[in-house]
Amino acid sequence: MKFFGFSHGIHPPEEKGLTSALPIRRMPYPERLVLPLRQHAGREAKLAVKVGDRVERGDVLGSADGFMSVPIHASAAGTVTEIGWWPHPDGSMAQSVHLAVDPSAPQVPRPRLVPRWTGLSTAQIVEAVQSAGVVGLGGAAFPTHVKLVPPKGSTVTILIVNGAECEPYLTSDHRTMVEYPERVHLGCRIMMQTLGVTKAVIGVERNKPDAIAALEKAKPQDLDITILPLTVKYPQGAEKMLIKSVTGVEVPSGQLPVSVGVVVQNVGSLAAIAEVFETGMPLIERIVTVTGHGLKRPANLIVPVGTRLRDLLAHCDGVTPDAAEVILGGPMMGLAQANLEAPVIKGTTGVVVLAKTEVRSETVYPCIHCGRCLEACPVFLNPSLLGDYARVRRYADMASHHLADCMLCGACSYVCPSNIPLAQLFQAGKMALRRMPPAEAR
Amino acid sequence: MTDTPLVVTASPHIRTRDTTPRIMWHVVVSLVPVIAASGWFFGISGLLVIVAATLGAVVTEKFTGRPGALRDGSATITGVLLGLSLPSGFPLWMAFLGGAFGIGFGKSVWGGLGQNAFNPALLGRAFLQAAFPVAITTWPKPGGAFWSLSGDLFAWPFLHPVSDAVTGATPLGLLKFEKQGTPLSDLILGTTGGSVGETASLLIILGGVYLAVMGCLNWRAPVAIVLTVGGFSGLLHLLDPSKPSPLFMIFSGGLMLGAVYMATDMVTVPVTNAGRWIFGAGVGLLVVVIRIWGGLPEGVMYAILLMNALTPFINQSTQPRVFGSAARRAS
Repeated sequence: MKFFGFSHGIHPPEEKGLTSALPIRRMPYPERLVLPLRQHAGREAKLAVKVGDRVERGDVLGSADGFMSVPIHASAAGTVTEIGWWPHPDGSMAQSVHLAVDPSAPQVPRPRLVPRWTGLSTAQIVEAVQSAGVVGLGGAAFPTHVKLVPPKGSTVTILIVNGAECEPYLTSDHRTMVEYPERVHLGCRIMMQTLGVTKAVIGVERNKPDAIAALEKAKPQDLDITILPLTVKYPQGAEKMLIKSVTGVEVPSGQLPVSVGVVVQNVGSLAAIAEVFETGMPLIERIVTVTGHGLKRPANLIVPVGTRLRDLLAHCDGVTPDAAEVILGGPMMGLAQANLEAPVIKGTTGVVVLAKTEVRSETVYPCIHCGRCLEACPVFLNPSLLGDYARVRRYADMASHHLADCMLCGACSYVCPSNIPLAQLFQAGKMALRRMPPAEAR
Repeated sequence: MTDTPLVVTASPHIRTRDTTPRIMWHVVVSLVPVIAASGWFFGISGLLVIVAATLGAVVTEKFTGRPGALRDGSATITGVLLGLSLPSGFPLWMAFLGGAFGIGFGKSVWGGLGQNAFNPALLGRAFLQAAFPVAITTWPKPGGAFWSLSGDLFAWPFLHPVSDAVTGATPLGLLKFEKQGTPLSDLILGTTGGSVGETASLLIILGGVYLAVMGCLNWRAPVAIVLTVGGFSGLLHLLDPSKPSPLFMIFSGGLMLGAVYMATDMVTVPVTNAGRWIFGAGVGLLVVVIRIWGGLPEGVMYAILLMNALTPFINQSTQPRVFGSAARRAS
């Protein structure tokens, strides 16, 4: 199969060697879990328990609020001790359910909470995936069942599976593909059937040859699934870049992948779909890469959703003396944490502890218009000019220079020799435009 | 862990190790062989001019620039490039004044690094050309003892200089006013009359290649200049063989210094790659027009300054095509 590739992009140090060869281990339950009701894109879950309730593993703590929402389940058997505002990984506070984990509970699988998928109708599969609380595990946490139902009037011709994992440091998708290739393929099968597509492509960056080999070996013979090696380049895993690399087609500006007949799903999410149908348990744990030069014992871990970062880092023997920054997600697009009380949520792909030497300096120089950001930007914007506009708050001008096409991948900030926080300026610009009356923002 | 203060920054949390000062100092380093060649050809008289111009630029940056601006190296580049574009034996106080003018009026009044529209070194030189037309066209011959002081190096400010140096002419001057050619090998190696640092084309090209390899120089504008000058003057040479040959045009005068070091000044040239091609082509055309039909033997300085003025316009009209849109949308 032809590999089309995409233009521009950057090559940050991969740093995946810290964990890429480490098998996935299960982390023991911490004493307490904190589960925010808002863990996904869309409407937050509605609280379904009260303080003092005894819950079993997999019980619903918050129920889905409409179609654009998913429920939140208890990751362990225990007692609800507290419900209230708690630090959320996105930096805000969120309504969260605290569970005191029952140390004497066996935490074993219970009778099936999710039905077997074989024999289910499309609508039943969609419902089962929603009630299992499955969301995209690549970071954005978009409800997976919504992707199983293409918008009316659109045709999906190909399912593209995102195994690029282009963020430095992260290896959770990598290890999933190496250790659970059958689950990836089963998830692929379920998704292909519900979408009614006959063709799927799994794109994997070439720096993961063992993952490519494992997927090839486990490939089912009755399905048209291609495993496509991708060039190692950031942001290869961005939806539009991946579609361009695989099909050669650019998704039109401002439109969704389905406009070119494509649905993209992340490998981890596919494995999660397969897993909930296999085990009968909803999504209550996920694979998290805990890594970084500021961490004593990096690992790939199965972590119960709701595990506080403090407990997670302690399980990895804590941080080194020169640890400086704790990031949820990868270092390119992840969120730096101010409070280690914040929990791991469904969208947490990794926890990266950067050492002092890796952290950005505070010195910012003026823009010298070197043009490196133009050559880095994968959607061909002019970050240099947008940055000039942002500095003087000309947000309407930013909008007319296509700020909406920016996906905040951070490639421009990465290459900027003057250390200008371009992605941050663009995020601020996007937020300012959202608050502006439409007439002013054009 | 709780005791460790956490750094919280916006994403991305990592960045390239390259910094703006590092780019600037790379440029300075790449000029070292060119400076050394000036010493070889013009002796101490050449080096002193570079030092004076650099001092003028650096001192002015110190007093008019942002605090700490000297560390970014950009004023040093301006001074060195100005010095390299002056004749050896040029009165040192004038060179100093040129550096000071370049930084003061070419950069600081605009708001410092990154804000100026015109190349500060060339602006300094244009000022000197207007103020001291005789001194700046007095070209001592290369060669002679290293320690011999030529020209009016130590002339007092504003006293009429009395020149007793053996002066020659530049290859372009010879051609323009005396219809006399210069061997190409002399042009490439630099054993001709001319400004302190503009004669050694080969070393300038090497410096440019070094910078391009280090990622500190965008090669498009210089290549466009050389191609345009070669193509346009080649055409004229074909039509009228009395016109200079394209190779002569490319390797004479300040063309190589201007193309490699001034048409690549990131601040004052277009930021888009398409814009850089256009910028270079414009410079090339103007250079040929000025040299062939203009009143001056050399035109690189004015060509680049004129194109600097067009940079915002070129930028605006070469905005990149946005991913997923059919064509460039002017906005």
